[in-house]
Amino acid sequence: MDADDLRLDGNSLGGLLGELFGREMTAALGTCASCGAVGEVATLVVYAHAPGTVGRCRACGAVLLRVVRAERRMWVDLRGLRSLQLEPLGEEP
Amino acid sequence: MDYVTRGFRGRRREPDESARVPPGQYLTDDFPVLSAGPTPHRPVAEWSFAVVAQDGEQLARWSWDEFRALPSETVTVDIHCVTKWSKLDTTWEGVSVDTLLSDVEAEAGYVTAFCDGGYTTNLPLEDVTGGKAWVAFGYDGEPLEPEHGGPARLLVPHLYFWKSAKWVRGLRLMDEDEPGFWEELGYHLYGDPWREQRYWGD
Amino acid sequence: MAGAAVLGRLGPLRWRLAEVVEVVPETPSAATIVLDVPDWPGHRAGQHADVRLTAEDGYQAQRSYSIASAPEDPRLALTVERLENGEVSPFLVDELRAGDRIELRGPIGGYFVWEANGGPLRLLAGGSGVVPLMAMLRHREATRSEAPATLLYSARSLGEVLYRDELERLGAAGAGLRVSYTLTRERPPGWSGYDRRIDGDMLGEVFGPVDPAATAFVCGPTSFVEAAADALVALGHDPARVKTERFGPTGG
Repeated sequence: MDADDLRLDGNSLGGLLGELFGREMTAALGTCASCGAVGEVATLVVYAHAPGTVGRCRACGAVLLRVVRAERRMWVDLRGLRSLQLEPLGEEP
Repeated sequence: MDYVTRGFRGRRREPDESARVPPGQYLTDDFPVLSAGPTPHRPVAEWSFAVVAQDGEQLARWSWDEFRALPSETVTVDIHCVTKWSKLDTTWEGVSVDTLLSDVEAEAGYVTAFCDGGYTTNLPLEDVTGGKAWVAFGYDGEPLEPEHGGPARLLVPHLYFWKSAKWVRGLRLMDEDEPGFWEELGYHLYGDPWREQRYWGD
Repeated sequence: MAGAAVLGRLGPLRWRLAEVVEVVPETPSAATIVLDVPDWPGHRAGQHADVRLTAEDGYQAQRSYSIASAPEDPRLALTVERLENGEVSPFLVDELRAGDRIELRGPIGGYFVWEANGGPLRLLAGGSGVVPLMAMLRHREATRSEAPATLLYSARSLGEVLYRDELERLGAAGAGLRVSYTLTRERPPGWSGYDRRIDGDMLGEVFGPVDPAATAFVCGPTSFVEAAADALVALGHDPARVKTERFGPTGG
């Protein structure tokens, strides 16, 4: 296995962020607080083979989000994101 | 339990009950690679190790050649990852942190290890001194591979392995126990595997 | 109605108990699991679902799999490739059978999706990365979309190619779909397709001149996706129209 293949992308955060936000989040546009790059959450570089899940900016590598999950608790750090831009939810069909 | 899937057992690993393995851990022969970011490939010509005071003053610094000229030790230890694997009898070569701090005249209760890639972890000073911690550059008779923290990583085998920071570049002396990369997000400040200190409050 | 909106919002990520209708072997190492999912809210082509298995003693394992079926298909299909030493995929491919139940939540994802009115398709698949792209092609077929589509599918050998007969049928003359293969490890005698890892020359030949209205979808292992996406951008494709999804060995 290629070591590169341990590196995923933000599509893999769909379930986790869905739990946190109660809605689809991978198409949301995130702004990196370090370099200002804007991109969909799906395009983040994601490291899931770690004590937690880490999402990094594809442009500069800064940590944008971290999630740690224990059996009955979760910790979430979104400090690396200056903003998230997303569509308001309409009435679901 | 109508959600039980017929025939599914999983490849659950039974915790090992032997006295050498901390609670909740299972034994592995592999050496899993855990990573929260890209693997730095720092050429040793551009590598250095520093001891930095609370105010940022550099108290000591070694180039790779200087570091490698320091007396080193070969140690065989058991390691315990918070993701529940333990590995027995791993052999490392490294410089004792006692050696690195021997000429440093400063008072501190804690240290923060800092690394290429931005990772940090916090430790009480007394847990990296007294023959309990090394800056390791060799594993199993070979130079330490970048995936496992090469050119050099901290080795603090009596604590969970996230404390054994990969790609370490120095120690900053601290008056307070300042949480590092994982410690500020739920992981235990100290991380003693024998007391199963995985998360805050454990 | 506010209550309905709240339910709708939380609905997609509820665990649902799905019943296996059929397990269809695709290749020696992959199978399609056809599921009946009560109250499935519907999906878009390209999305995935989370599967959770529970053992008798309560032990659970969870994985993500791409949805292979078109949104129009009344039953949900996931195609799963068996990862050697995996914990979940060997069970799903080899042990699961009709009548079994598994927990499922989804659909998940809002970026790597294609709507039938979404313009021409440039699809690049590495191995089982073809699965969400197949959902797009099936959606295109089901809606009789006239969006031109081109698929470049990189596999190790012909035996590992998923959906080969169906791709042949969908790619028949006049259907507006062209399919090219590259076999990176093993070729049958007389093979006339590509025989190397993807590169810029290959993408230029397969996809032709850059069409600014087209969207490229690239799915596969990380190394494949990054090589393909870089090559597309080097050929002049707008990076904003190159959508990528990387999958990796999350414990199998």
